[in-house]
Amino acid sequence: MAEIPHLLVHERDDNVGVVVVEGLTAGTDMLCCITHDNSTFRMTAGADVPIGHKIALADLKTGDTAMKYGEDIGKIIADIPKGDHVHTHNCKTKRW
Amino acid sequence: MASKYSNMTVKAYRRENGRVGVRNHVVILPVDDISNAACEAVANNVKGSMALPHAYGRLQFGEDLELHFRTMIGTGANPNVAAVVVIGIEPGWTKRIADGIRETGKPVAEFSIEQNGDFETIRAASWKAKEFVHWATELQREECNISELWVSTKCGESDTTTGLGSCPTVGNMYDKLLPEGITGFFGETSEITGAEHICQKRAVNEEVGERWYQMWKAYQDDVIFAHQTDDLSDSQPTKGNIEGGLTTIEEKALGNLEKIGRTSKYIDILEPAEAPQSGNGLYFMDSSSAAAECVTLMAAGGAVIHTFPTGQGNVVGNPIVPVIKITANPRTVRTMSEHIDVDVSGILRRDMTIDEAGDALIEMICRTANGRNTAAEALGHREFSMTKLYRSA
Repeated sequence: MAEIPHLLVHERDDNVGVVVVEGLTAGTDMLCCITHDNSTFRMTAGADVPIGHKIALADLKTGDTAMKYGEDIGKIIADIPKGDHVHTHNCKTKRW
Repeated sequence: MASKYSNMTVKAYRRENGRVGVRNHVVILPVDDISNAACEAVANNVKGSMALPHAYGRLQFGEDLELHFRTMIGTGANPNVAAVVVIGIEPGWTKRIADGIRETGKPVAEFSIEQNGDFETIRAASWKAKEFVHWATELQREECNISELWVSTKCGESDTTTGLGSCPTVGNMYDKLLPEGITGFFGETSEITGAEHICQKRAVNEEVGERWYQMWKAYQDDVIFAHQTDDLSDSQPTKGNIEGGLTTIEEKALGNLEKIGRTSKYIDILEPAEAPQSGNGLYFMDSSSAAAECVTLMAAGGAVIHTFPTGQGNVVGNPIVPVIKITANPRTVRTMSEHIDVDVSGILRRDMTIDEAGDALIEMICRTANGRNTAAEALGHREFSMTKLYRSA
């Protein structure tokens, strides 16, 4: 793959992906790669998001479940537009 | 079936009990906190010996005391240790620990301080330590099969890149080397929360899976729910995890569990610091998720090399076991390269496969077993942290 991906997604069912480059800025036309099958797609970043942090792959609503690794990683606690930053301000554990 | 890993050999130390060690330490082991000063004085007198000071060993009782003895004896018995001088305040517990280590067949001598004082104890123990160093330094490495290594894993300062890159690298290594007959350890009980349904299914059979689940649930009930705070006071995930992009314990757990690969199954469950008794294979050790505590427990269980995936850059080491650091985070490679032994950041750029990363780790395991000092060893990271279960009497 000549172009380095900006965003990696574990599984097809996931609704969040991980930024894997430093200094990603809002408006970037991101190359996104699903690691499970190496397929790619493009999406626009909606915010400046640090390396390692997550981006919503679709509009997520309060009460939705965040999916990563094809598994439940917590609940969405504030609406998140597609392309925006997903973290502790809008996503929370269901465990404690 | 033979694979390209079947005939891999390393040059290592074969101990009296047949186990293979990759380091050749002469350890000066304090039974209790108040014997640290004497141990450090002996290690200062005798170059090539190493004291392992720690904070505990007095007024403990019950299960907590059993764990103390198991950790002390397991540390001394570890095949990376050639010989041990044990020093305690009084002779009873000192002898108990020395005798436990002695079962391996390695040279052990014990000294107690009461009715001797530090000076006399240090004098006598220094003579013995010097004799052990002369003896140990003449031991020769010999060719051993890679299958004879006991390799542990625990990740630290995890972030989203550990689940994408460095943990799957360790998992790939286990998928390749466990079938060759190595013994493996993973653990971090609190950090499986959110992936417990997956971890239970990774047991070799339902009975082991059920025992694993009961162990995990007991931890949840007795520790987490008994002392619960919101988000565990930012301890799980940690502040560093959150800085690195991990949002919830479920997300962290799923990344953590990548360390056991795609095909590996655990064959039994170990108490903290317990040595495997069920033969070659992968074991889950009930253990803290704090790096130094977990590595110390696995070393006491007999692991001779530790593989440590990190995201944000945990710098932990261990005095007797080389800790190999693996990271996939390009920022950590850029800012903390002195701590990193295996750079797998190519996985994130999609120019390195997990298979290639696993092979790179196996190569580093062999080099480390042959004597290469890890980054943590070169930087003097010797964190020896005992786990304590409850308050002393």
